[in-house]
Amino acid sequence: MEDIKGAGNSGDGQEMEDNKGKFLNPTPILDELEGGQWPSFITGFKELGERTEKPMIRGVLDQLEYSYKTKMGYWKGGMVTVKGYGAGIITRYSMIKDKFPEAKEFHTFRIQPAAGLHYSTKMLREVCDIWEKHGSGFMNMHGQSGNLQLIGIEQDKTQECFDELNQAGWDLGGAGATVRTAASCVGPARCEQACYDNLKVHEKVLKNYAGMTHRPEFNYKMKFKFSACPNDCANAIMRADVALIGTWRDSIQIEQENVKEWIDEYGEDALYEQVVNMCPTKAISHKVGTSTIEIENKDCVRCMHCLNVMPKALSPGKERGASLLMGGKNTLKVGVNIGSMMIPFMKLDTDEEIEEFIEQMDEIIDWWDDAGFDHERIGETIERVGMKQFLEAVGIKANIDMVVRPRDNPYYKKKYDSTAD
Amino acid sequence: MNAPTERTWKTIESGPHTLEGALHPVVVKNYGKWKYHKLIKPGVMVHYGHSGDALYTVRAGTPRQNTVDLVRNICDLADQYADGFMRFTIRNSVEFMFADESRIEPLIKELEEIGLPVGGIANCVAPIAHTQGWLHCDIPATDASGVAKGVMDNLYDEFKTLEMPNKVRLSTSCCSINCGGQADVAIVVKHTRPPRIDHNLLSTLCELPKAVARCPVAAIRPTIVNDKRSLMVDEEKCIVCGACFGACPSMEINHPEHSQFAVWVGGKNSNARSKPQSMSLVAEGIPNNPPHWPEVNAVVGRILKAYKAGGKPWERMNEWIDRIGWKRFFEEAELSFEIDMIDSYRHARTTFNQSTHVRF
Repeated sequence: MEDIKGAGNSGDGQEMEDNKGKFLNPTPILDELEGGQWPSFITGFKELGERTEKPMIRGVLDQLEYSYKTKMGYWKGGMVTVKGYGAGIITRYSMIKDKFPEAKEFHTFRIQPAAGLHYSTKMLREVCDIWEKHGSGFMNMHGQSGNLQLIGIEQDKTQECFDELNQAGWDLGGAGATVRTAASCVGPARCEQACYDNLKVHEKVLKNYAGMTHRPEFNYKMKFKFSACPNDCANAIMRADVALIGTWRDSIQIEQENVKEWIDEYGEDALYEQVVNMCPTKAISHKVGTSTIEIENKDCVRCMHCLNVMPKALSPGKERGASLLMGGKNTLKVGVNIGSMMIPFMKLDTDEEIEEFIEQMDEIIDWWDDAGFDHERIGETIERVGMKQFLEAVGIKANIDMVVRPRDNPYYKKKYDSTAD
Repeated sequence: MNAPTERTWKTIESGPHTLEGALHPVVVKNYGKWKYHKLIKPGVMVHYGHSGDALYTVRAGTPRQNTVDLVRNICDLADQYADGFMRFTIRNSVEFMFADESRIEPLIKELEEIGLPVGGIANCVAPIAHTQGWLHCDIPATDASGVAKGVMDNLYDEFKTLEMPNKVRLSTSCCSINCGGQADVAIVVKHTRPPRIDHNLLSTLCELPKAVARCPVAAIRPTIVNDKRSLMVDEEKCIVCGACFGACPSMEINHPEHSQFAVWVGGKNSNARSKPQSMSLVAEGIPNNPPHWPEVNAVVGRILKAYKAGGKPWERMNEWIDRIGWKRFFEEAELSFEIDMIDSYRHARTTFNQSTHVRF
């Protein structure tokens, strides 16, 4: 009995009655997610399905409904790509295509947006038009790695879709053992705290590694993230193998008349409670009854707190650059790794300085490519092989900013001549 | 099938889309020359440039799983109010920027009319960073989009008002890999049983050495079952991480009942005040209960209620807990500390209390 459109399973008679004249099949469990005040992705999917009458949307919603019912997932991976590339399309075949033949293929394009996720409507409308023509019309904005994800296309349409996107200036992102699509905060485009042009560096570095983004050649993934200040709005330190986080090394700039304005507005108690006492290194002082603050910059760790509280009065110093932290990654398999300090300060203003950073990264990637095991992120490789061995191999000089304290055990070995007495 | 046609286009490996043409003219003019910003009201802020220019930003939450129709609606609003430009935050909100202050209210009204709530800036609950789940992932135990929808329905007012001590970032992940990321409160699938092995299919679907190597505790061994090459798991050793399932679909880790939820708190990426910190397990054994996940919502609600009542201005979740101590956190959030919340994995000792410091 073919009572569910495009599918081989059976449905409830009353639901079929209620659903007369609709393109989509009933999805009573998913429909529960149409209530509530937060925007509903199910409502969006259903409206698009009814408007475009794409069988893939119907099949995928049927399969999703089935997942909600059985509490299991039903997609399996595979290998779909475009000519010349080995990554960038996440392949999904339905494991239960006999049940939901319209959901048979549901592959995803990972597209690299502009750094900082800035768009013009012209750019986005172009993507929408190309995507509606070839794919489902579902758009995930954005994936956790920073991709614009176009979800749901069949294999025989991927090349044409890619060619049209590519002509409009878009390229695929990374997947698997590649350099991955990067992420950046809003940066100097709209933030006074930006300490380097992370958007420019992002674009340059990822363009440089475009080949390594498209062809899986590594042990595992390699993620770059670029935050323009230590607030780290791109979540670089815990989500990126390579975190470039803006900082400065001279003194915080203070405009005392704006400090006074702040105290006049919020009061002296608030100054103590929210600024002076919250400084992690007690670097800020204020004399009762005055309307100024002093900062002992030698004690300041550039945490950003006071600048966040009084952005009109305080700004990062003038000598700005970025810190390089490496080895960040989430749980699988060794537990959470937070990126650790490698290079405390780099200037990244000129093309030459950015080139120098890329050259340093080339050495690091080469080392990891040689020393790493299959499925091992660079933080895990460094931990297994040893930080000292890593630093010596890639030519980064050991410095005290790399540690919270010097080691507390004596088990290291100096170089020695094993042939001597 | 489309009829095969001659391909004439030659791929340009361009990497990220260029920024050129993606930035608002006021942004281009003041790029790198901003002076300070001010929050005007929930979801609305203004940035001032050294040039004297003002740039207003209105931020709205989106479903993240968007459609071309919604994106075109957003583009219509961006054309009408933001001179044809917009950007997205990493927590899936859309931002409209413009120089004319009088556009704020009409834009908010139109955003709310198409169902996109305005808020999410500063000391409030930001939208949930989440994973793909049943909609698209190949190893999910739940539908993260659905959990995110359910939780944000409950926290809708907290997105639109400024009543939290500091920003609250949430994440949801559909397996323990936790692609949703570290967050003030993270809702993450926790498997509770070792993988179920399909010995009939394993050798045809999986590269055996790869699956063996994937295990972080060396619990997987080759074996022969019914004359077929397969793998076995030392269930004593297995830490139910699910790493093998990613390499070998015949080692099914997901289970409708035994894949549950755990809630973690205190993750923080920012360096502001305290150092970045990974999160801690505070609730577990929570059922995976679609489509509304009420048990998850109850736990998250209790944690945020306690933080909202007890946190001081600018204290993030981890900093509030640092001040009051974990013991009091568990009391205030009405949670119970269980033996599995003591670390038993690598670097466990770094989480033990190596002192006599105790709050009685």
